[in-house]
Amino acid sequence: MSDLFLAYESLIAFVFINGLLALSVYATLSCGQLSLANAGFMAIGAYTGALITLRAPAVPFLAVLAASALLPAVVAVPLGLPVLRLRGVFLAIATVGFGEVVRLFFVNWDYTNGALGLVAIPQRTHLWTLVVVLALSLYLFGRLRGSRTGYALEAIREDETAARTMGIHTTAHKLSMLVLGAALAGLAGSLEAHHTFIVSPAGFGFGRVVDMLVQAVVGGTAAFYGPVVGAAFLTVLPELLRELGARLGLAPGPFRLFLNGAILLVVILYLPNGLVSLPARLRRRAREAA
Amino acid sequence: MTLSLAGVSRAFGGVRAVDDATFTVGDAEVHGLIGPNGAGKTTLLNLISGLLQPTSGRIELDGERIDRLPPHRVARKGVARTYQNIRLFAGLSAVDNVVVGEHQRRRAAFWRRLCLFPSARREEQAAREAAEALLARVGMRERAALPASSFSYGEQRRVEIARALASQPTLLLLDEPTAGMNPNEAAAVARLVREVAREGRTVLLIEHNVRLVMELCHHVTVLNFGKVIARGTPAGIAQDPAVIAAYLGEGP
Repeated sequence: MSDLFLAYESLIAFVFINGLLALSVYATLSCGQLSLANAGFMAIGAYTGALITLRAPAVPFLAVLAASALLPAVVAVPLGLPVLRLRGVFLAIATVGFGEVVRLFFVNWDYTNGALGLVAIPQRTHLWTLVVVLALSLYLFGRLRGSRTGYALEAIREDETAARTMGIHTTAHKLSMLVLGAALAGLAGSLEAHHTFIVSPAGFGFGRVVDMLVQAVVGGTAAFYGPVVGAAFLTVLPELLRELGARLGLAPGPFRLFLNGAILLVVILYLPNGLVSLPARLRRRAREAA
Repeated sequence: MTLSLAGVSRAFGGVRAVDDATFTVGDAEVHGLIGPNGAGKTTLLNLISGLLQPTSGRIELDGERIDRLPPHRVARKGVARTYQNIRLFAGLSAVDNVVVGEHQRRRAAFWRRLCLFPSARREEQAAREAAEALLARVGMRERAALPASSFSYGEQRRVEIARALASQPTLLLLDEPTAGMNPNEAAAVARLVREVAREGRTVLLIEHNVRLVMELCHHVTVLNFGKVIARGTPAGIAQDPAVIAAYLGEGP
């Protein structure tokens, strides 16, 4: 049992890290905003954490994590104020642009070794750290649901104009969720950096935020835990099917992308509310059959 | 709550959708806003609720200027509204729609909920009960848990009125509240509007059902091509040659 655990410890860690990242995308999705800035926020958090740990090893890990969440959250405010005026695809495009700017900034910043990135970061992320952080984040979203703020977010997602004339400050709510998502993405980035020993700009490209989004959508965004379920599913499945991929003559990387794409397609076509809607759907089907 | 408009205009490009509108709606009055299609009635409601800013003129609530405020600030002054094309939150249940309507009179304090304080739970319970009571008032209590998208046109309008009342507004703006309703439903809405006015709330409503306007409204303002062409009591309006011309066309 413990052998098995050791063999898969890294995979389990990535289930939690990806779960946190999918939640960070869900934060803005929950009020109807498709923001794709989170790979950028993640990069800011990862570099912040890695730099503090490398340059000032005495700083406690909790403080490092707090800084890794805070800095992207602070950056999210001046980004959000102009771009949250945009709707739908325009917001998505503007935030993708932000993500690329952040990535290119780190590619060209000599202080962090440019495209090579930072290496030999001490491992400070433990599995229990990840469990605690994800559990606290899920608790936060769970309590948000059904609160006055939670209702306001749902109202904004459903009909922003109607929400505004009911006294809901839509900009403040949307900005808060962007900031929350940025903090979570930064936290996840820092946790990942202290788990994998390295940080490099290549890890924060457009593909990374697409992964987060696909995981959130596959899991389902109608429930706050859906994104975490989706992240777990899409992180574990390629590993389970690695053998199959090898037999098909596909390398693990391309095979994972192929699997992601195929699963996303199936879910969108046959299970538009994501994996978490599957139990209710099966129950209904059973009732109809009876 | 007294609403007054002074020289309010709104232009879209070269079109003056509302042109120099001046009128006053008295406290606890039911005021009708009528006029042919395209007269600028809904634009006027959008101007009052802050969704549009007037090109010129002033809109005041009890002497306080509101025409430069964003919609959520106008709502906090006590203005609530319904929409001609119904803007319920389709994915939410009827009762959740009304709970959202209570937004600005509820006390937030998310941290109390985060820390599982019992006071937060009690507050939520009270919000839900108030929402259910409002749904009972519009005859939708039994269907409170059903999604808004499952309702008929008339039912949706009733839920929307309940949602607007949830903020306990001092000025209620209704945009064709009885459109798509059968005569029984329309009569029920008329009763409700009268009750609401008796509670001391001011009501400004756009309505095409002439009989309803005659019965319900204390005063009527008539718009045509964005201009106020007549103001007065329903009986007076019905005799006004300009109004008759606007509705029936000029005689040969």
